[in-house]
Amino acid sequence: MNVDLFGLEVNAWADSAIRLLLIVTLMTVVVMALIYLERKLIARFNQRIGPQRTGPMGLLQSVADALKLVGKEDLRPKAADPWTFELGPFLVFIPVFMTFVIVPFVADWQVRLLDLGLLYFVAISSLSIIGWVMAGWGSDNRYAMIGGLRAAAQAISYELPLVLSLVAVGMVAGSFNLGTIIEGQDVVPLIVWQPLAALIFFIAALAELNRTPFDIPVGESEVVGGPFVEYSGIRWSMFFLAEYAALFIMALVFSAVFLGGFLWPFGDELGRWYQVALTTVKGGLFFFLVVWIRISVPRMRVDQLMAYSWKVLLPLALLQILVNGLVLVNGWSEVILLVTGLAGIAVLVAVTGRAVARPRGLVGPAPRPAAPLPAQGEAAS
Amino acid sequence: MVAEPSERAREFETQDLLLNVGPQHPSTHGVFRMVLSVDGEVVKDVIPYIGYLHRGAEKLCETMDYRQGIGFMDRTEYLAAFNAELSYLMAVETLAELEVPERAQWIRMILCELNRLSSHFMFLGAFGIDVGVFATPFIYAWREREALIDLFEEISGDRMMYAYFRPGGLAWDVPQNFKQRVEEVLKSSEQGIKDFDGLLTNDEIFRARTQGVGVISAADAIDYGMSGPSIRASGVPLDVRRDEPYLKYDEVEWDVITGSNGDVFDRYYCRLLEMRESVKIVRQCLERMADTGPIMPEKMPRMLRTPPGEVYIRTEAPRGEYGIYLVSKGGNRPYRLKVRSACLSNLQALRDMSVGQYVADAIIVLGSIDIVLSEVDR
Repeated sequence: MNVDLFGLEVNAWADSAIRLLLIVTLMTVVVMALIYLERKLIARFNQRIGPQRTGPMGLLQSVADALKLVGKEDLRPKAADPWTFELGPFLVFIPVFMTFVIVPFVADWQVRLLDLGLLYFVAISSLSIIGWVMAGWGSDNRYAMIGGLRAAAQAISYELPLVLSLVAVGMVAGSFNLGTIIEGQDVVPLIVWQPLAALIFFIAALAELNRTPFDIPVGESEVVGGPFVEYSGIRWSMFFLAEYAALFIMALVFSAVFLGGFLWPFGDELGRWYQVALTTVKGGLFFFLVVWIRISVPRMRVDQLMAYSWKVLLPLALLQILVNGLVLVNGWSEVILLVTGLAGIAVLVAVTGRAVARPRGLVGPAPRPAAPLPAQGEAAS
Repeated sequence: MVAEPSERAREFETQDLLLNVGPQHPSTHGVFRMVLSVDGEVVKDVIPYIGYLHRGAEKLCETMDYRQGIGFMDRTEYLAAFNAELSYLMAVETLAELEVPERAQWIRMILCELNRLSSHFMFLGAFGIDVGVFATPFIYAWREREALIDLFEEISGDRMMYAYFRPGGLAWDVPQNFKQRVEEVLKSSEQGIKDFDGLLTNDEIFRARTQGVGVISAADAIDYGMSGPSIRASGVPLDVRRDEPYLKYDEVEWDVITGSNGDVFDRYYCRLLEMRESVKIVRQCLERMADTGPIMPEKMPRMLRTPPGEVYIRTEAPRGEYGIYLVSKGGNRPYRLKVRSACLSNLQALRDMSVGQYVADAIIVLGSIDIVLSEVDR
């Protein structure tokens, strides 16, 4: 069976192998670029300049970091469980790369567009949590173990709103195939009809990526890096690579599902390179938001994290699905989707702002005493 | 009667986990160590260990002349060295019956309040990291603190260990552009304080993290001998600057800031509001201070000797009451010097505040006490 690969006729297996290879290469480069960008962005937010000494504008910083990490000693604590410890990073890393199979960068630039692509995406990406728990358990370090268990609890909680928000979108788009979903958005992106689902997806994605404010598994000031605490060198950098690769794919999925991927607003006419630019801009927007949130908000506490998922995000996602079902079955206008979505966002914001509005005792000047008090006493002899 | 646990129940018996936090941990603010006994994520017990930074500063002071002791006092409270110096020197001056000139008192007061600002900026930044903001509050706080420290360097020649206050007054006069420079850093500090309202105070997650966490009642706080913003947050208007005024604090207009909930948020917010009061105090000092004038008493003995006697002087350092108990048996060195550390007393309450909270809360509770380990251990 032969398929078309960039105009060439090749064997289907060879075709997928070549595409995978290209994507893995692209991935590594993109991850390096993302790390550089994040450092520069954070520096700007922090009124610093960021890397500037390695190469022009510090562009080679990530290369230098990668070389340093590869050159480091690969340590394993004596008490660590050898197999669990050493396999952990791979189990984090491989599922993340597997999810790239379904993502279309530009028309025809993908490995395979599966009919249940979104389902594949959520199923495979959640596998990496096994690696986290393995790393946490195998390190024989209490910080690592707490971090690993936190990661598991967090993944279980936030997988649900993530999946349900994708289900809501899938209902409106009528497909779980990312290619079809993008094709349906050449005029109006789905974020217009599903704003609430987009917001829930974004929040849950932050939690899936262990990004602030949901970085409790790795919380630097509490568990000192969580499952990574005992890792060094190449194994540690695999966690890092997986983290940024996951961020990249989340950005692509978000832009494909909610922002119309490479089609909206120019459609198919302007050619491939405009589409590349479009995907980059949309993915970059997601990335920028993630970094912006990372540098500006504190970390949530573990119980608040759970409560927020189960009590706020999950019911709202279910309501969104209910509304979608009603609108689709009765054939009502899509404007209802927009209105209910915006109302849902208002509810979400109100619930999130609850902590500030809660009435409580004030902090302020104490009443002044009526008479001035005497000065400090004399020396006693 | 309690039934014996079955064989199966015993299989699932759980144990508390001992989690060692520190002395090398990013958020123990130095070399503090606490062993948390945790059940899942909930803290069951806290055992603090101090003493990693003990240098015997008090004992060392007994072997040195009064002027040499100033340097050790700087190092006990390295984030607010002016305040520490002030306590020590006030004790020495009281014993030696030295009269500090008016102008030197105003300058001392300005520098102490500015040091309170720089110390509280340090707290705000470090606390931001404790609650988990990446580095932004820290860098913002650091920027303002840097301006203050630059000013201290211009005045005293050092960025942390000033040794600028001397028995009887000051080591040398302030630079000519002193008032203008102070006004400049006050402006930048005011902006910095305002920034923190946006960075932390009004952040939903920050509020959710800090409100109702690590509560200590006013009665308990008094029993522990807490002082400074940590006790004022519980609603006790205890401030040495007002209760037993020293320098010229009774001549300026300002308010004691108190909270009412005694939780982590109130301790944070008390400090933030207190900084505004400090700015107010410094502004008034600048107005009242003479441009020129003596900064040392006319007649200073070549060798400073004190008559036999003892004195306890307390001042309001940024972290609370910093007291000096000084015993002299005559001669040019203390017979006994004891530092009453605010941080040590405040730290006593750590266990009460953190038991029953989550691990993440124990970290921010420790952060909210704002300890300086070198003052705890001395």
